[in-house]
Amino acid sequence: MFRKLAEVFGHGLKNRSFVIGGIISLLFFLVAFLSYFWTPYPVEDINIAERLLKPSTKYLLGTDHFGRDILSMLIKGARNSVIVAFVAIGIGLGCGVPLGLTAAAKKGWVNELIMRFNDFTFAFPSLISAIMITAILGPGSINSIIAIGIFNIPVFARVARGAALSIWKREFILAARSAGKGQFKISVEHILPNISSMLIVQATIQFALGILAEAGLSYLGLGTQPPMPSWGKMLNEAHTFMHFAPQLAIYPGAAIALTVMGLNLFGDGLRDVLDPKLRRSR
Amino acid sequence: MRIFLAKRVFTLVLTLLVATLVVFVVLEILPGDPAAVMLGINAEADTLNALREELGLNRPVLIRYIDWVSDLFTGDLGISYTYDVPVSELILSRITVSFPLALLAITLSTLIAIPLGIIAASNHNKPMDFLVMSFSQIGIAIPNFWFAMLLTILFSVTLRILPAGGFAGWDAGIGPVLKSLLLPTIALALPQSAILARVTRSALLEVLKEDFIRTARAKGVNNQGTLWKHALRNALIPVVTIMGLQFSFLLAGTIIIENVFYLPGIGRLIFQAISQRDLIVVKNLVILLAGAVIMINFVVDVLYAVIDPRLRGDKDV
Repeated sequence: MFRKLAEVFGHGLKNRSFVIGGIISLLFFLVAFLSYFWTPYPVEDINIAERLLKPSTKYLLGTDHFGRDILSMLIKGARNSVIVAFVAIGIGLGCGVPLGLTAAAKKGWVNELIMRFNDFTFAFPSLISAIMITAILGPGSINSIIAIGIFNIPVFARVARGAALSIWKREFILAARSAGKGQFKISVEHILPNISSMLIVQATIQFALGILAEAGLSYLGLGTQPPMPSWGKMLNEAHTFMHFAPQLAIYPGAAIALTVMGLNLFGDGLRDVLDPKLRRSR
Repeated sequence: MRIFLAKRVFTLVLTLLVATLVVFVVLEILPGDPAAVMLGINAEADTLNALREELGLNRPVLIRYIDWVSDLFTGDLGISYTYDVPVSELILSRITVSFPLALLAITLSTLIAIPLGIIAASNHNKPMDFLVMSFSQIGIAIPNFWFAMLLTILFSVTLRILPAGGFAGWDAGIGPVLKSLLLPTIALALPQSAILARVTRSALLEVLKEDFIRTARAKGVNNQGTLWKHALRNALIPVVTIMGLQFSFLLAGTIIIENVFYLPGIGRLIFQAISQRDLIVVKNLVILLAGAVIMINFVVDVLYAVIDPRLRGDKDV
């Protein structure tokens, strides 16, 4: 296990996307983790006397309309993005992968049913699901987690099924079958380990998409609610003050773009490193 | 082809029906009493009863569902609780903003993406290719609503040459309308074109490896000739498919962008309806949006089969 990790890492160091994306992603997770112990100022501290200040040595990125420190809010916002995207991926992996594996193993009408369910879920983009959930439950970060998670299910189901189908044709699966192993056992013991690298790569990409989606939902007021800072919510508030404090709109957006770009680059690099056969003509 | 079409139409109808069922269950049954959701916790019992009566909530659930689905077919979607006008009228008037916006955005993104993809593919692994791919990488990472805000800061707040929001209305003429839709269109189109340029490039590179391209080259067709005459036509199939699949992103994007620019379209209507707890409008708009995504996916599937007969069989691989 450790040897494989070290091997992947060794190959990765030669890949530009892997290194740049990896550093950005690592920084992002460190910042999110840091928020549990330290932020320059408490994010709940409202100080109207010092509102909308320009960046200075006291407030490195300035303050918002409540006089809250922008840097502290960005640090805590990173944590929020990580949690939402992480749980949403958990939902996608937890439901999608078993569905995909079952479809690949059973074929026939089970496969048909799962694939139609997939198509159907695609018809409800996370925004539409979030709109429905908010209409009855009111806004909150749980909504965004559920909505983004639901949209992740068909994505992972499709990837798992596609990859599993090609593994099922391999000879060592035939050997396992002749040894008397059932479909379930083969799926868990042989198929899953062999498709895990594809799932990890897809998870990295979905993580980036999850952060974008969370930001969008919070921007619209459907996601994270105050006082918990979120990058999307910060942009929403910045929109109101765009005419006299345009700097407020710069930092959260740049944080989102940089993180998503880092994760995407890392995902691309990881794909090349984990499976050279998958290397796309990019 | 006929069997394929019949199968697809059957699943289309089934998918649409399941969609109506999901929307109905989530918005009418899960909340318990929709009237209580609409009026809030402080509503008097009399008012609640009156609203229940008005909305027909006292009837059996199955009858309500069947009525709603048949109303969807006739276009009689009921009266909006807050606007007090027929929901269909409300939707029709808002579509005159959302539809042109989506159409302009998809046109602009195609006009940007396809040439960029061609440039990148024909300069594979050269600086130009790197430049296009960097644009694509950045474009995918930038949230469209942030890009919209940056555009507003530049063109409306700093340069003061374009409106920061609002819609001139069709009565004002095509000029003012285009002016109010210009920034929203750019904000929607650029991130979309980043993805599309990437797809065009990799589809082209994929086709350029094919044997028939080598044959064309062997027969003396030059680089440009092979690219334009042989490769592009074949690469367009996956590009069109991705454009269709991107429709749901375009839809979500339109909803967000309308809210950034205060455009009175479908996206803004749905948010106003949520904050006013107008479940009748929310229900019909959600099924309209989900239905649109389902229909577009159906059309793309069928078109794909028309273009590429190999896909008429088992196409799930």
